[in-house]
Amino acid sequence: MTKFLAVCSTGLGSSFMVHMNIEKVLKELGISGIEVDHADLGSVSPSSADAVFVGSDLAEAAAGLGDVVVLTNIIDINELRAKVSDAAARHGHTA
Amino acid sequence: MDAVIDVLLDIFTKPAVIVALIALIGLAAQSKSFSDVLKGTVRTLVGFLVLAAGAGVVVTALNPFGEMFQHAFNVQGVVPNNEAIVAQVLLDYGSAAALIFFFGMIVNIALAATTRFKYIYLSGHVAFYIAAMFAVILGVAGFAPWAVVLWGSIAQGVYMVVSPALVQPFMRRVTGTDDVALGHTGGAGIALSGLVALITRGKGTSKSTEEMNFPKGLGFLRDTTVIVALSMAVIYVIVGLFAGAPYIENELSNGDNFIVYLLLLAANFSAGVFIILAGVRVVLAEIVPAFKGISEKLVKNAKPALDVPIVFTFAPNAVLIGFLASFVGGIVSMAAMVAMGTAVIIPGVVAHFMTGAASGVIGNAAGGRRGAMLGAFANGVAISFLPLFLLPVLGNVGLANATFSDADYGVFGLILGGLSAAGGQVAIIVGLIASVAVLYVLTFVLRARDKALAAATNTPEAREVEADLTDEAGRAATPPAVTPRH
Repeated sequence: MTKFLAVCSTGLGSSFMVHMNIEKVLKELGISGIEVDHADLGSVSPSSADAVFVGSDLAEAAAGLGDVVVLTNIIDINELRAKVSDAAARHGHTA
Repeated sequence: MDAVIDVLLDIFTKPAVIVALIALIGLAAQSKSFSDVLKGTVRTLVGFLVLAAGAGVVVTALNPFGEMFQHAFNVQGVVPNNEAIVAQVLLDYGSAAALIFFFGMIVNIALAATTRFKYIYLSGHVAFYIAAMFAVILGVAGFAPWAVVLWGSIAQGVYMVVSPALVQPFMRRVTGTDDVALGHTGGAGIALSGLVALITRGKGTSKSTEEMNFPKGLGFLRDTTVIVALSMAVIYVIVGLFAGAPYIENELSNGDNFIVYLLLLAANFSAGVFIILAGVRVVLAEIVPAFKGISEKLVKNAKPALDVPIVFTFAPNAVLIGFLASFVGGIVSMAAMVAMGTAVIIPGVVAHFMTGAASGVIGNAAGGRRGAMLGAFANGVAISFLPLFLLPVLGNVGLANATFSDADYGVFGLILGGLSAAGGQVAIIVGLIASVAVLYVLTFVLRARDKALAAATNTPEAREVEADLTDEAGRAATPPAVTPRH
């Protein structure tokens, strides 16, 4: 199963919000078969997920985690929708 | 019959069980499948036990620190770290904290649905932490267990709309929208930063932090496990040098070399925080989505109040400037405490990073780079002295070697503690009822003002005013983080 992971420094607040928003967006787009979760930066390795979502403030720290999707503004749902859709397509999921 | 009741009481007074039941309700409310409900409930039960186990690890690392600090300086040394203190508090106040957390969400939804304060506080981890603090303060004030939960839930619900409201005037300047709010226990300190930035702005000659060239490469600051271990290592070794090698090797380390012992102790502290965070993450996993889903159904125009990193991307330079300025505020405050001979609050790197960085972003939006520095410095001083003043309010918990770190614990804890000192339980109850009343009075006053404005827009002069206001709103909509301030 394809896995998307939202990541922030403690894995408690903002990554959880991005995680819930990714699920919401996937549902809107009608894409299934992708598991979504959230985690703290220190626990994530390149094999943890197929795509890792971070805010641009963490782009540098998250480099090297494989397919890293950088969100310019983590509260912008339109940006997230476009990037989730692209990432899903990259991993073989379309609506 | 009595035996059955005893068994039931045994079950339902265990905090892990209460938390699991809350998750069960949340999962059922989202109409999940039986297997999801079972899985989520058991995970939450286990998650809470993980959290409690982390408390033990943190305490084994903190106790020698406390003894060492006492030996070296003859005063209490306190590490402000929410995870470290909350995990310990939950051992004694877990049931009350879990119930306050649960009913507090219901009060939050009720207040958001019926007042102008439309905030839904979605940062579950810090909401859980402050619920634990309310449980302690009301317990220390002598309330019966059911009363702790009743008044604690009201305090919690009021807190969950007031803290985002304090920051919202400044959040609008950062995000350019009124749709999203900041929900974090650093709220009061972050709002203070905005206020300080506004006052010190003068004619507004300070440029934005984002027009500066600032060194990159401090990304490692964002790995909590690493930064907690490194910063605690520095603190442990400094205190250890004052306590002296002979004392540590004779009394604490069983003869191990004191530097090796201290470095491992610091790593142990980070390990404890890591375990607690993992537990908190599991506990919240089923509860927060249910809270979000239900609030979206019941509250029209709800404004989600979210964790601090949501503002970090608006002004990356202000994040670093804010952290540094806040940390300097913490060091200066610590020096002042040493000089005054009070208990000493060690600057907590995680707290200064999270709330200091947000203070920097908010301060920058309100008053440019000068605002970012001065505002975040003010936050750093606030999150040093507020925990110090809060210690006596917390009873025995105040004697621990760790304490609550962010500004809201100090501000709201001291309000409740002050009421308790002034008039005991009656004063707390009156204060809480009054605070709810104030929220409704403000709602009616603001509604009346809006109606008057709407009525006034029918006169020609009023249309001009309205045009000005629209213009003002238009300007406010451009994110100030990228707009140079002159």
